[in-house]
Formats: sequence, structure tokens, C-alpha cells
Amino acid sequence: MKPAPFVYHAPRELQEALDLLAEHGHEGKVLAGGQSLVPVLNMRLAAPAHLVDINRLPDLDRVEVTDELVRVGALVRHADLLADDAAHEAQPLLRQALEHVAHPVIRNRGTVVGSLAHADPSGEMPAILAITDGAVQLRSGDGGREVPWHEFFVAPMESAVAPEELAVGATFGRFPAGTRTAFTETARRHGDYAVAGTALALRVEDGRATLARASYVSVTEVPSVLDLLPVLEGHDLAGGTADDALLEAVGTAVAGFVDPGDDIHATTDYRRHLAVVQTRRLLADLLGGPTVSPVGRKERNR
Amino acid sequence: MSTQRVRIRQSTPPFDPSEAPEETEELLEISLRVNGTEHDLTVPGRRLLSDALRHDLGLTGTHVGCEHGVCGACTVLLDGRPARSCLMFAATAQGHEITTVEGLAEKDGTLGPVQQAFVECHGLQCGFCTPGFLTTITAYLEENPDPTEEEAREAIAGNLCRCTGYQNIVRSVCRAAELRREGEQR
Amino acid sequence: MSTRSVGDRVQRREDPRLVSGQGHYLDDLARNALAAAFVRSPHAHARITDIDVSGALDVPGVVAVWTWEDLADTHEAAGQPLPMLIPHPSIQAPFTAYALAKEAVHHVGEAVAMVVATDRYLAEDAAQRVRVDYEVLPAVVGVETARRAEHLVHEGAPGNVGAYFEQTLGEPAARIEAAPHVLELDLDIERSAGMPLEGKGVAARWDPELQMLRMHSSTQTATGLRAAVAAKLGLSPSQVEVIVPDVGGGFGVKINHPWPEEICVAAAALRLEAEVKWVEDRREHFISSAHERQMLQHVRVGFDDDGVILGMEADVWHDHGAYLPYGVIVPLNTVTHVPGPYRLKDFRVSFTSLYTTTVIVTPYRGAGRPQAAFLMERTMDAIADELGLDRTAVRAANFIQPDEFPWDIGMLLQDGRLGIYDSGDFPASLDKLKALIGWDEFEAYREQARAEGRRVGIGLGCYVEGTGAGPYEGAHIEVETSGRVNVATGLTTQGQGHQTVFAQVVADELGVPLEDVHVTTGDTRQMAYSVGTWGSRGAVMSGNAMLLTARKLKERALRIAADALEANPDDLEIADGIISVKGAPEATIPLRTVAVLANPLRYAFDESAKAATQFGGKADESKPPIPEEDRPGLEESQFFSPVRTTFANGMHAAIVETDPETAEITVLRYAVVHDCGPMLNPMIVEGQVYGGVAQGIGGSLYERMEYDADGQLLNASFMDFLMPFATEVPHIETDHLETPSPLNPLGIKGAGEAGTIPVAATIASALSDAEGFAVTRMPVSPSDLWALRASHGTASDQTTPTPQTQES
Repeated sequence: MKPAPFVYHAPRELQEALDLLAEHGHEGKVLAGGQSLVPVLNMRLAAPAHLVDINRLPDLDRVEVTDELVRVGALVRHADLLADDAAHEAQPLLRQALEHVAHPVIRNRGTVVGSLAHADPSGEMPAILAITDGAVQLRSGDGGREVPWHEFFVAPMESAVAPEELAVGATFGRFPAGTRTAFTETARRHGDYAVAGTALALRVEDGRATLARASYVSVTEVPSVLDLLPVLEGHDLAGGTADDALLEAVGTAVAGFVDPGDDIHATTDYRRHLAVVQTRRLLADLLGGPTVSPVGRKERNR
Repeated sequence: MSTQRVRIRQSTPPFDPSEAPEETEELLEISLRVNGTEHDLTVPGRRLLSDALRHDLGLTGTHVGCEHGVCGACTVLLDGRPARSCLMFAATAQGHEITTVEGLAEKDGTLGPVQQAFVECHGLQCGFCTPGFLTTITAYLEENPDPTEEEAREAIAGNLCRCTGYQNIVRSVCRAAELRREGEQR
Repeated sequence: MSTRSVGDRVQRREDPRLVSGQGHYLDDLARNALAAAFVRSPHAHARITDIDVSGALDVPGVVAVWTWEDLADTHEAAGQPLPMLIPHPSIQAPFTAYALAKEAVHHVGEAVAMVVATDRYLAEDAAQRVRVDYEVLPAVVGVETARRAEHLVHEGAPGNVGAYFEQTLGEPAARIEAAPHVLELDLDIERSAGMPLEGKGVAARWDPELQMLRMHSSTQTATGLRAAVAAKLGLSPSQVEVIVPDVGGGFGVKINHPWPEEICVAAAALRLEAEVKWVEDRREHFISSAHERQMLQHVRVGFDDDGVILGMEADVWHDHGAYLPYGVIVPLNTVTHVPGPYRLKDFRVSFTSLYTTTVIVTPYRGAGRPQAAFLMERTMDAIADELGLDRTAVRAANFIQPDEFPWDIGMLLQDGRLGIYDSGDFPASLDKLKALIGWDEFEAYREQARAEGRRVGIGLGCYVEGTGAGPYEGAHIEVETSGRVNVATGLTTQGQGHQTVFAQVVADELGVPLEDVHVTTGDTRQMAYSVGTWGSRGAVMSGNAMLLTARKLKERALRIAADALEANPDDLEIADGIISVKGAPEATIPLRTVAVLANPLRYAFDESAKAATQFGGKADESKPPIPEEDRPGLEESQFFSPVRTTFANGMHAAIVETDPETAEITVLRYAVVHDCGPMLNPMIVEGQVYGGVAQGIGGSLYERMEYDADGQLLNASFMDFLMPFATEVPHIETDHLETPSPLNPLGIKGAGEAGTIPVAATIASALSDAEGFAVTRMPVSPSDLWALRASHGTASDQTTPTPQTQES
């Protein structure tokens, strides 16, 4: 399992990288963290003629927090963003989801923007980009553009990044004050790709939901957002619990929304069931006590 | 069955490498800093860091168990942070400080605390996955010097071991933390 | 006075080296060797119509490309099928592979051509350019498809049957007929694999001047490989040396030999007069090594009101893959281990071993016994369930009692010798297990958990294991004049701590410091006679050979010392490498000096040698320098060959929790009671148990080889073949019973596989208890369990809404 030969480029300036992509992008790949790409190269499932290693580009390793959003450069590793307290305060879903991305060693190298560009429906970060109404910033020799999340994820494993383009950063939106968020996923083993995963954001004002959205991992073809506000509307949530009828309605909405496939790890029906259960549990959690508790993970009894 | 088979390239052994077709692949001059020593080497762009360490530099303590980033046997420290050397090209690793299992002992050969703990707790059997655990745990204890048993288990959850059932590796993490603290007190 | 180390938790001698990155595994050797890569079949079943290697030969760095024709041209025997290693009367259609496929391929991954190049990257480049034309034939995947036999894997194997075996003891049919209760069960176990973290590998070098082939291989049998390679390449065994370096785990898969790659690489080294190396990558290991476990089982059992089995019939169908090089060891172990710790007088058992177009099956830790335990223990639970009895009570009612040993099961084991249980105390083991897991307190815990909305279950599994099978292993011990003690045994090591435990045995018996003893394993230069490492036999076989050899060597040393000290040998003792006269501590002679005296010298090469030269001291002129029937040098070699297999045994229990909604499964507690006789090194025995349990957990909840109907392995990577990480393996609690075996001087029984054997049975028992229905197939994923709940109508949350709209 050794990669096929390629011409290796390690540009030191953005313009140099863009020039290389203009010339070789159609038969080349961008290497950032490499945690998804290199296994594919080692197995020779892909054999690009050129590899543009962007790890030496300056200024792409920054995390910026503004009033509206969290901006993440193309060389920010999962571990960096996970450890970033300012980003966590601005958009708690980032850390909540990043804790589920593979194992710490993989997070040390893997980049957030790289996992977005990879557009794997089993990836956590695409779901977070969607639920936070985020966008990806692309650059090419012809200039730049920003692609909102719903245009960015074209198909499973296919993003809007053109061959001559480089994804230089991504922005994750912030929710209004008082929004509570939670993320959970079920994986076969600790650190595996999720069999199903759910992100939920909920804002309740005066007993009424004013924001309620969910996005999913591994159970939708491309990342997409389920607006639960219509389901929650009219329910009095002041008591901190959801009644059975509401949970039932939420379940129906989720089951109709997700569209999971079948694979060796789980059936379509099971995945759909998990998405329903996860959403209900997260909702109950967010309505409940003052802190968000992780669900789906059991304590071991010693 | 019509086949056009065989073909041992030349008829008279022994094999002379100069008779093989010329290498056409572009080679890069790179330098790697490993365990505090700078090494110059000439490799193709596709040379994995794991292979460069093992075959070009002869540092065979770093092992290769899957070459797709799951097993963790090839884990080295890159500027102190654990990374899979099978998922990185040697050329990418230029300019970083690489630490392999060979760099975990003291200069005089005294075992480091994690190595010592593995010996004391029977933390290894065949020893093949062990270098990846040792590097991972060394970095982990830098950040988390006093883990609980449960945290120790989580800390090693990105590495596969097929021999030990992990019981004694978890114990080794806790024991290594103890040894580190004792070392600091001295 | 030196202390005895046998029985102590002695730290391993091999570890300082291994934790420092100073191990020498196969790929750490022969750094400048040529690299081999293999072209492998992408089809499960196909005829080869053409092979064109010209494209590969143009690749830079390529030295040679081999096909079957080249192998056959070079060495006639290498062109013949690989050996049928273990013939057995039950084998009706013995098919083995060619080292490189001749005219057909029978599984994805079968080697078709070999490329040798200056490095592995280039060899893989070239392998991609070998063009093979195939005529694709129907795949045969899984037991059901194989036994329907709509398509045949091999024309010469009608019904796809490779072997059929049946044995009847007593009158099972009549006893079942007359029994007050009768049950039938259908059980199913999927494929897994040993999956050592280091794959296979081989390096070979031909020395044209000495006409010697030196091979390094990560094999579990150095002597077996040596004999096979010599035969295949037309060499005298004296021209072949096999050295086994550090090996990164075996678990059975490396006992099969010769692997096609071992023959091809050796042939290439011979032909090219160069050093050639092949290191298996992970994908290759998945599709071209070996798997195990897959079996369908049918049980019919008659029993009385106490759950005592009156008669039983068990039929198993075993998927052995594309070829049968290792014979029927796996299903044979299954049928001979079905009785377990129970009295089973009226019993009929059969196995049908079937060809499929999938990777071959050879023993994987447990080697058919986990399937036996699954069969019997699921049956015990079914009986308990039927009668409403406690599951431990049903087992206790069937146990062979301590005063009933030796107990003859009436069947020949895998070694062709009688299966007679030699030792054990099953009631005592069960008591220990119940205490360890808290069996009697569990109902209270269940109630408490139920009140919290949690679902828990408890289960157990019992087993016996034939271990330490013959025919023999040996030891060679030599005391150097420096006092260093060199010890060799022929079997190989893959992490069992042999360098430590064998040193313990020798140090104790010989009375020398442990640090002075240096153990070599798996090197045909040091020990040409050996069988190999498999079947939990290392400690039993070589350990006892060590004891016998050390004992004999000590006798000789004392005899020589007695002459020197002018004392009676019976009055001498050795401690810390010093021989002294009991009661006269001033009269001593170091063992190293005895080593000098044991080798009368003509030439003095150092100070210590002087004493042994002809004028070094007074001599008894009436005797030759070396007494009759003696030999020069303080060395000795002895072999241990047991009359039959010794039986270890044990019992496991688990408490599991299942999520009522998501069906996620957590093993909360896992308890093991194990009886392998007196433990040479409890730390190492426990390590073996832990590792075995982890593999059992993998096989119960995570690991399965997923083939599609075309014979493609869908999960040939660590991403999708789910070996447990630390977070998937529970904390394991152990307790031991040490009933000594009467069959060997150390009184020990094997421990290598014990941890794995009853795990699937135990987890199935606990899951069934938690869920309220019988789990009859392993492994079980949460998705499987959720589907099982639905099919049993026990899903607590049946209300998963169906989608209103579905995208097409």
C-alpha cells in the first residue's frame, strides 16, 4: 500500500499555490491534513499526477471570532479549533462536534476546512457548517468567492470547489444569545465514523421556541438542515420538558427528513431510528437542566 | 491458453541494480530533524514519512501496521504532538521536530517513564504496536499529568493492540504518570 | 541462596529492547533487499485466459516478473500445488492452492504473479501494469450457498464438500427419543480473523558460494517452513536455514506454511542470487491470509427435569474457504470440544467442511473451540430457559466431578490421540466465578437498573481446552565458561514472553541467576527439531523440555563438580551459579568452572581455559579425558513428548447493558476464572487471558468479514473491520484455580487461547438475559440487535415513524 507517483509541490505563497492549481488542478489534489486523502492515495484508490501541499502557506492557520461568526483558516487543525475557547464560546457546536471527529491523533493533523472540502456525509464538520448557516471561502487565480453551505455540498464526497480553486477558509455562523446547542453521535467504535449523528440548536423565549434546527451526520445524502420550529410552534416549553405528543411529532419530522443508506454497519431503518432517538434525546436535554449533557454515552460500571 | 509470460529481466545472476530501467521519478532533497539530529535525504515526493524513517534513516522502531491511519503503530511526535507517520509525506515533515520511539529514552539509555511503566506493568506482548502507544502516551502525559483510569483508557483509544486487551496498557499509563511525578520530585 | 522465580510475576526479559525501538521484526531486516509485490485476483472465481507482463517490465526499477510458468520452469515441485499439511481420513477432496495461480483463481486476493523491484513503491507500480485476462465464474459465498452447491468451487469437490466427519457415542437417538424434554437449536457464527498488527513477511538470501538459502519469516514454525521450502525448491534441508525474528503477533494465521509468498520469494532469491523481501500490507492480509470461525450449527438435545443431558446430536457446517492446506483442524476441534466440562455419554456429532470462493480458513486463536463453546453453552442456556432453572444450576447438574478424572470423551483429538481430561475441578471453578461476578446478587442489581430505566443482563460460558499437544518440543542448554547459559528451543515466539518463562524454568532448575540465561527461539540453526507454536502448547511443550534438559545438565554438572570437590554428587547443591557441598559452605566451585572442566582442551585461549588443558591439573590415568557415555562441553539436549493432550478449562461471566432505544451494547463487567495448572508467571498468564478476551469481545460484538455475493470482501481495512480499541474492551477481572496436570513434570496446561474460547457464548448468554430472547448468532451489532428486537416483538420503541415522504 504505497501511493502511485505524483509530482509534489510545496508552494510558500498563496499566489504560487493558485498558479499551481490553475496549471495542474484538473489532474491534481490539494494536500492539507491528509488524514482522509493519504489513505486513499496509499490504497491507490486515487492517483493524482500532482499534489499541491499547502502546509507551508502563511496565514491560513488562524481562528477569528467576530460578533457574527467564527472564521477558520484552511490550515487550522481540528485539534486547534477544539482547543480554542473563544470559538467555543461563540459557537459551542464546534467543540461539541469536534470531540467526535476520529481520535485525537487524527485531529492533530486533519483540518476543518479540509474535511468540509472532502464533503463526506459521514463527517461531523459539514453538518455543523450547515446548521450554523456557514460558508466556505474559495480562491483562484481569477479572484475569490464565498459559497454558502447549501451550495457548497453538491453530492456525497463532492463539494463546489473547482479544480483550480483552493478553499482558504470557512465561516461558521453564531446563534442569537440564549440559544442552546448539543451534538451526539452513535459510532460502532469510539472514534469511528458515525452510524448516525445529530446536531441541535434550540432557543426558547418565554416558553416558546424561537429557533429550532437540526442537522445530521451519516443519515442525509448531503448536509442539510431540518427546521423544527414549525413542529415546536404552539407548544409551551416553559416546564422544561417535552410531552409525548411533541416528541412524537419531532420523531415524525425527523424520520421524514433523513434519508439514510444501508451499509455493513447498519441498516437504513436503524439509522433512521437512531436519528429520531438522538433528536428526541437532545431536545429533552436542551429543554431540561441548565447544562447540556452528552447523551448516547454510557458510564462503565467498575 | 496463450500467455506472454516470464520474464526475469536478465539471464545471468547475480542481479545488478544498474541493469534495471532508469528511475524517472523526480527526487527531492529534503532534510528531516529526528530526535534532535538533522538528516539529509533524497526521496520522491510520495515517500511516506514512515518509510523515510524506517528505510532511509534506519529508525525501524516506528512500525507500520495498516498504512491507512487507523492502527497507530506508526505514531510519531511532530513538534511534540502525535501524528500518523503513514499519513504524511516525508517532504511535508520538513521543518518539524520529529520524535520517534528511539528518542524517548534518556541520553544515557535509561528508559523514559512511559517505557519503564510498560516494562513494569506488562504493557506489551509482541511489542509491534508498542512504539505508537509510547509516543502517544508521552505526549498525552505532558498535557494531562495525572489521568484517572478512565481518562487513561480514552487517551489510548486511537491505537490498536491485538495482544494485550489493553488492560495493562491502561495500567501503564497510570504508572507512567506516577513515575513522571516521582522524577519531577527528584 | 537464589530464590525460585517460577510462579513469580517476573518482568519480561524482552521488554527493555522492545520498548526502545530495538526490536527486529521482519521488515526491520534486509534493508537493502529487493522488494516483491504480488498481482492478486480481483475476482472470487475465474479462469485465467492470458497474462501479459510486458507493461510491468518497462517500469523503472523492475527486476523480474514471475508467473506460475516461471516458477514451474525453475523448480518442478514449486509448480505443484502447495502441501496438504494435515491429512485426515475425513477429507474427501483435498485442494490446495498453487504458489502462483496456474489456470484458475478461487478467491479475491489469490496471488497470480510476482513482481520484484528495487523498492516496494516501484514493485506496486509494476504490479498494476501486469495485465491478466479472466473468464469470470460464479462465486460461492457462505455456508448456505456452498451446501446448495448450485455452483462448484472445485470440479473435483461434489457438493462443495471438502470433508465429512461423523462419530456416535452410545445411543443418542434412542436417548433423545426417550427424554422428557427435547430441544432443537440453530446457531450461526460469522467469519473473523486473528489479524496480528504485523502482517506476514519473508526475506530470503541465497549464498551462491556456500550454496545456502537463509530465510527470515514471521512464521509460527521455523522447522516446518524449512522443510517445505527445501522440498519445493529441490534443496537439501541442510541448505536451508530459517530464522524467525521478533514477530508482531500470530494468533494462528502464521502457522500455515508455506505461504505462496514464502515459496515465491525464496525462488526469486535463488534465481536472482540477491536478497528479496516481501512484507504483507494490511489489504493483502485481509484478502490473502486466512480467516476463521464461520459455521452453521444444528443441535438436538434430550434432557431430564433437572436439565441433565440424556442424549445430544450436533451437526455443524464449516466454511473453510477456497483451499484446505491446514486440513480439518478447525471443525475437528469444534466437534471434539462440544462436550466441554459436561458428562456426555450419548452423543452424535458431525461436521461438513465446505469449499467457498473466499479466503482460506486456518486456525485463529481458539481454532474451532469458540464455536464448540458457543454450541454447548447456548444449548445449556436453552435447557435452563425451557425448564425455568438457573443457568448455573443446569451446568452444575451436568459437570464431570473432580473424582471422575481421568475422563475419556471417547473421541480422537486433532493430534490423533485420545481425548482424556486429565485434571480440573469444575464445581470449584463455578463457585469462584459466581463469587467473582456476584451471580447471586445480580437480580437485585437488575431491579435497581430497571428502576433507572436501564436494561442489563448476565451470562456465563464454560469450556475445556485441549492444550499442549505433541508430538514434541526440545531444548538445548549450554553453559559457557563465562557462566552465561544459552538456551534454545525450536518453537517460535510472537509475544508470549518465552524468553522470560523459559529462562525462569532453566534458572530455577539449574540454580543460576535469571539474568545469566539467554533464550533463543525459532532458529533452525540452534534447534533443527521442532513443531511450532500453536494450540496453547509453547509453555507445556518447550517449558517441560527446558525442565528435563536443565535437570539432566545439572546432574552432569554435579558429577563433574563432585570429582573436582572430591565429594559425593548427592551432597552437592547449586545456587546462584555456585556449586557447594551441603553443610560445608567453603567447598565450592562455580558452574562456569565446571563448564571449563567439562571440555578438556588442548589449547588455552584465556585464563579460565588453562585449567582444562592437558597440563592444567592432575589427571586420572586410568580413564579417558571424557568418560564413556559422556560428551565434551557442559551442554545437554532433551525432548518432551507427552502421551497426550492436557486439558485446561475455565469459565467466564459477563454483565452487559443494552440501550432500550438505540440497542447499543456495553459490557459492564467481565469475569474470568481460569485453570491452566500452576502458573509459571502469573503476570504473563493474565496477559494472555486479557488479550484472548479482547479478541473474543471483538468476535462477539464488532468483527466480521463482510463478503458480498460476488465474493468481494467489503471491509478489508481497519476502518471497517472493527477490531476493538481500548474503549471497546471492558475491564477484565480474573481469578485462578490451579489444578496440576499429571501429564507433564511441571504440571502445567496451556493458556494461550483460553481467554478467547467462551467469550461469544458468554456475551450471547448475557445479551439473551438482558433482552428476553435467545441470541443465536454472533457477532451482534446494535443494528442487528435492534432488528432482532423487532423480529421478536420486544422493541420498546416500536413507534419509529415511517417517513411521510421518501426521496427516490
